[in-house]
Amino acid sequence: MVMDVRKCKGTHDLLPEDMVRFRRIEGAFNSCCSRWGYREVRTPLIEYLHLFTSVGTLTPDMLSRVYSFLDWDGWSGERVVLRPEGTIPVARLYVDNLGTGGPERLFYVGNTFIFDETGEKSRERWQCGAELIGGSNPEADAELVLLAADVLKRLKCGTVQMKLSHAGIVRGLIEAIGLGQGDEIEVLDRVLNGDIGVLREVADKEPQLHDLLSHLLDGRGKSASFLKNVKAAVLDVLPGIEASMNNFIRIAELLDVTGCDYEINLSSARGFEYYTGFIFQLYIGERKVGSGGRYDALIPLVGGGDIPACGFALYMGQLMEVMDNGGFDKAPESRVLLRCADDTVRGYKACFDVAMLLRQRGYVAEFDLGDMELSRYGWLILLSDSKTGATFVLIDCDSGKELGLGSLDEVFEMMEKAKCS
Amino acid sequence: MQLRLALPKGGLLAETKILLETSGFDVHHYGDGSRSYRPECKNLPGLSLKVFHEKDIPIQVAIGNYDLGICGLDWVRELTVKYPSSALVELRDLGYGKHDLCVASSGLSGISSLSELKDYDGDIRLASEYPHMAESFAMKLRLKKFRIFPVWGAAESYPPENAEAVLVSCSPAKGGLLDSGLISLVHVLSSGACLIANRDSWERKDVSPLLNLFSDGDTVGVSRNGEDGLEAVSDSSHFPVSVPLRSDSGVVRLALPDGHQQKPTVELLERAGFDVREYTAGMVRPDIGIDYLDVKVIRPQDMPLQVANGNFDMAITGTDWLREHRYRFPSSPVKEILNLGFGKVRIVAVVARDVPVSNANELRKLLRDGELPSIRVVSEYVAIADRYAGDKRLSPYRMIPSWGASEAFLPEDADLLIENTETGRTIARHNLKIIDTLFESSACLIGNVDSLAECNKVDKADSVVEAIRHSLHNVR
Repeated sequence: MVMDVRKCKGTHDLLPEDMVRFRRIEGAFNSCCSRWGYREVRTPLIEYLHLFTSVGTLTPDMLSRVYSFLDWDGWSGERVVLRPEGTIPVARLYVDNLGTGGPERLFYVGNTFIFDETGEKSRERWQCGAELIGGSNPEADAELVLLAADVLKRLKCGTVQMKLSHAGIVRGLIEAIGLGQGDEIEVLDRVLNGDIGVLREVADKEPQLHDLLSHLLDGRGKSASFLKNVKAAVLDVLPGIEASMNNFIRIAELLDVTGCDYEINLSSARGFEYYTGFIFQLYIGERKVGSGGRYDALIPLVGGGDIPACGFALYMGQLMEVMDNGGFDKAPESRVLLRCADDTVRGYKACFDVAMLLRQRGYVAEFDLGDMELSRYGWLILLSDSKTGATFVLIDCDSGKELGLGSLDEVFEMMEKAKCS
Repeated sequence: MQLRLALPKGGLLAETKILLETSGFDVHHYGDGSRSYRPECKNLPGLSLKVFHEKDIPIQVAIGNYDLGICGLDWVRELTVKYPSSALVELRDLGYGKHDLCVASSGLSGISSLSELKDYDGDIRLASEYPHMAESFAMKLRLKKFRIFPVWGAAESYPPENAEAVLVSCSPAKGGLLDSGLISLVHVLSSGACLIANRDSWERKDVSPLLNLFSDGDTVGVSRNGEDGLEAVSDSSHFPVSVPLRSDSGVVRLALPDGHQQKPTVELLERAGFDVREYTAGMVRPDIGIDYLDVKVIRPQDMPLQVANGNFDMAITGTDWLREHRYRFPSSPVKEILNLGFGKVRIVAVVARDVPVSNANELRKLLRDGELPSIRVVSEYVAIADRYAGDKRLSPYRMIPSWGASEAFLPEDADLLIENTETGRTIARHNLKIIDTLFESSACLIGNVDSLAECNKVDKADSVVEAIRHSLHNVR
């Protein structure tokens, strides 16, 4: 009986052409981060559930969709999870291993798992993340925005729109609205789950808040000046947000002087479970390809000292959707297929030797196993060809032109010449 | 049209039977001492009925084996809180089997309100027969560090020593919290018997002939008070009892079984010279006359896990449950100390009588030959059954965990049953046959090798073990 083997619902296979794009993103990210002074880390795929509940920053909705289970030694009831996100594990890694208080610039590439019952979204998501731990200055926030922009620019995958917000201002607003404690948690949970409209619902009940909310949530700005205007308009009603406003203005000024284009949109803040300050989101077209922000409370919650931090992540699945292969796959002219007429062990030995020399020169060399698709190769080399009697026959797969050659050096010479022309 | 209705055994059976009779169902062989799992409805020939353990009914209806089912709302929510996309529709509150679920603690643990639980500085152990609801509760309350102990029963026995809180039934009709000395911290769900439907059947199939028969009750929604699990209750049910919280140092903690293993356990302990008192049904803390022994009654199924996690040092359970535990947790510190000889059963593999196989190899051949597309394995012993199906290469197979009355699943809802039997008579009566014996099980004394090696416990534990060993030799 044929076995019915399928992949799990909500998961994706990455095929060779997907991996080309995947590695291209990873390569650009690694190389940019390294040049900006970030060092790569990797955390385990499984962590204790406790790590994520103890920080108290993930919403119950998010936690209820975490893949958790009892390990083989889980008789104590301590559950483990497939990591649902990347930042908290890196915060733990920092506290466990590096937490001396000095600034650390870290980056990672990893997958995260979260259940999605519709099956439309992927339950496994890959992301590239960078974390700047130990820097509280607005310059650190600006650095991350510019680093993310640098990576995306290098990937040449389209125009990037950047939306900026500030969790300190949104939280200040929720506090100022003055809900009861239970309601406040519920409103915050809804905002965290992406439903910023709940603030408007609240404002509808209190007409005096209406103007204030429209300034804060509906306004869109393109420079620090916009924030200065909003600050002047709302500060007498919301004095509590002054520090957050000043912080936001400073970051916007830094981005202004570097020529970075952005849109200030306070209602773009969503899913900011652990963010405490500046937040940014990156879009290509309608697709959100990354987000980041400041999470000063996280390192203390994980058990480290009072150490501020900020970071961002790029969503590889989304980025792969907006990228083409960009010619990064090995070009056909560098791919060589070897076919040996002499099927003795000696004949294959010669073939292996030629393949090794080709690889040393940077070619991709493969043996013909029969029925190989010639259009995938630049060259076909026949060894010990009985028809022509030549030691090597070099065939240009594109034109079909054949050339009998006596030595390997002549073969290389012809191939190099073709490359130059 | 053929319609399938799943009916509960156990606590809801008597009132469900009355409901069916008064609603005009001419039902035979349901209750009345009948051991059949297939009652018949004489006036609705297109209706097939099956009796299950209440907890299995929402799953059976959700996966589409039954169009409709009757069970407690608590078991429906226990499924849907973890698997919200389960294909279930809650149709009607049937008006009986009412009880409330609440999260409770012992006042002696220093937790007497929801806010104290939330702010508790330490690891919160939550024991419950409803582990999914307990986990959801913990997450909604944003407890920082918690562990859920899923238990087969007797959750109310756990606080304060073995759990900080429990999610339990707290209605007076079910014994209430009074006897167990618990304080209700928060009301989680008002439960009662309800009628549920498979969503697909509800959307595509005409089930109205059945629904018309059920007398109009309230809709289920009416009684959903506090279903979000965070409705604080007053402390009117505050009945602290004077269980002394003992210092743990040097005390050996022994768990004794409830249920049918209770009587032989009493006899064994008395033969061993212990003065056994207050070890009767419903009593949580028997006294066996030794001051360094702390004794509690819990379900035998739960004992290996509770000994492994350090809640108890020793327990009397069955080798079946010990093996189930060790298959699940191979490096567990729980070991068998003594085989006690009583409570002998065989753990067997069972199929329907008309399946043309007499052993596991022949069953595998049916799979290989394509006679069976896959094997559905039902059992209360999930890890043992899983291991058996794997060892016998009965692939592909699917595990169906069950909470009792597992014979009812064969042949319609499962193909292979892993079950215990004393004489094999029950199996034969349900038109089933044994095709393999996995192992023999009997009562045993188990212990946590790490905790028993502690220097202030080792001598005391040894003397208990020796007394029991001696009594076994005397019998032999």
